[in-house]
Amino acid sequence: MKYLMLIYQGSTPLPGTPEWDALSEEEKGRVYKGYQELNQTEGLTPGEQMQPPDMATTVRVEGHQVLTTDGPFPETKEAVGGYCFLEADDLDAAIALAAKIPAASMGGAVEVRPMVSTDRS
Amino acid sequence: MYGFLGDLDLAEEATQDAFLVAAERWPDDGMPRNPFNWLVTTARRRAIDRYRRDRVLSEKVRLMEIPEATEDQLEPDAFPDERLELLFTCCHPALSMEAQVALTLRTLGGLTTADVARAFLVPEPTMAQRIVRAKKKVREARIPFRVPPDHLLPERVAAVLAVIYLIFNQGYGGNDQLSDDALRLGVALSELMPDEPEVHGLRALMLLHEARRSSRFREGEIVLLADQDPSLWDADQIAAGRDALDRALALHGGGPYVIQASIASLHADSPRDWPQIAALYAELSKLTGSPVVELNRAVAVAEASGPRAGLAVLDEIQLDGYLYLHSTRAELQRRLGRIDEARASYQRALELASEEAERSLLIRRVDELD
Repeated sequence: MKYLMLIYQGSTPLPGTPEWDALSEEEKGRVYKGYQELNQTEGLTPGEQMQPPDMATTVRVEGHQVLTTDGPFPETKEAVGGYCFLEADDLDAAIALAAKIPAASMGGAVEVRPMVSTDRS
Repeated sequence: MYGFLGDLDLAEEATQDAFLVAAERWPDDGMPRNPFNWLVTTARRRAIDRYRRDRVLSEKVRLMEIPEATEDQLEPDAFPDERLELLFTCCHPALSMEAQVALTLRTLGGLTTADVARAFLVPEPTMAQRIVRAKKKVREARIPFRVPPDHLLPERVAAVLAVIYLIFNQGYGGNDQLSDDALRLGVALSELMPDEPEVHGLRALMLLHEARRSSRFREGEIVLLADQDPSLWDADQIAAGRDALDRALALHGGGPYVIQASIASLHADSPRDWPQIAALYAELSKLTGSPVVELNRAVAVAEASGPRAGLAVLDEIQLDGYLYLHSTRAELQRRLGRIDEARASYQRALELASEEAERSLLIRRVDELD
């Protein structure tokens, strides 16, 4: 079963911010290690790194008009920050992995979305 | 069947099919030696036929090697009772509480969708949608069909108990049938998990509450615990509740349901051991951090050590929007002769009261002040 993990940073301290700088070296190290271990987990396909939410542009079309807004679709603090794919036996396994993603314990959240099966036999 | 197919709907259809075939064939062919095994084997074969016909295979249908249904090959206990797995699946935390309750009642309680809708005062189509969506979530997100592994078990057992207790409480206000359903689920769970003290604790708590059902209302008016007529209590249920509590204590239970059951058991004694009740509420308060528990503790402290002590506990509680905080304060103020304060507290409680039975009790109490 394939799951998409959508990583929401929420209020997680991010590198380049004063909140991140305020973290101890040990705490920073734990975050790096956490993501490193994740990328080495069997069944996990890391996502590509995206620019932060404030670099986003949101596009909507009304009638024939293309409307663009500066920034992400939801509030910046509620926007997606990253993603990865996981091949797992069941939801409990996916939940266990999601709980290890650093954002989940630092003020963000991970959404676990099952993919539509493309198996046809 | 669910364990085999991983899909609640398909399992239901296949099982019904098998029963139909049995109804057609058994009168002529005679009943097979092991009817249960025959039914399950037939249901599985029909489900597989349906899969092949529809050409839709779930990604990982856990197919067993299906022998041709000659009963001689099957042992009497070939197919396990899957009720425990089903209960944990229905109460999985990935489902909303409403969904957990609806699924549990529907699949384990044997209620129809209409019954469940009525019990929760929701239109039938809404409940039907809720159940359809929940089953879909189980299937599409692949909620595993199993008793959770040891490291997850404590929180998952707590989730199951919470669902059963919620069903019980929904029936507390008058729906006897729902309380009975919860009691039955409690019994089944204690048979399936006999070594879990909180399971026996919940069963004890429900029985001890249920035993007092007849004394809780008199001519449509609420009767408070202190005023209830013990002769109206069901002695058999109290005894059964106490047996269950003993089992829990023998298993070294000390969790919230066991403590609540212990309190309920003490309430069924005459005279009441208020200091012990107060001490148990203190235990419960530490475990749960609940202000409502603190409120109950205040009542017990007042009975054990006087109204001033009770008021001291009340003053520390943050529950301004809860009518029972104010009604309790009013009663303690009354006992201290502070009548004007008592009246003001009752008025505050009345502002928060919406149900007729509650309002008339409070109004009666205000009248009695004068």
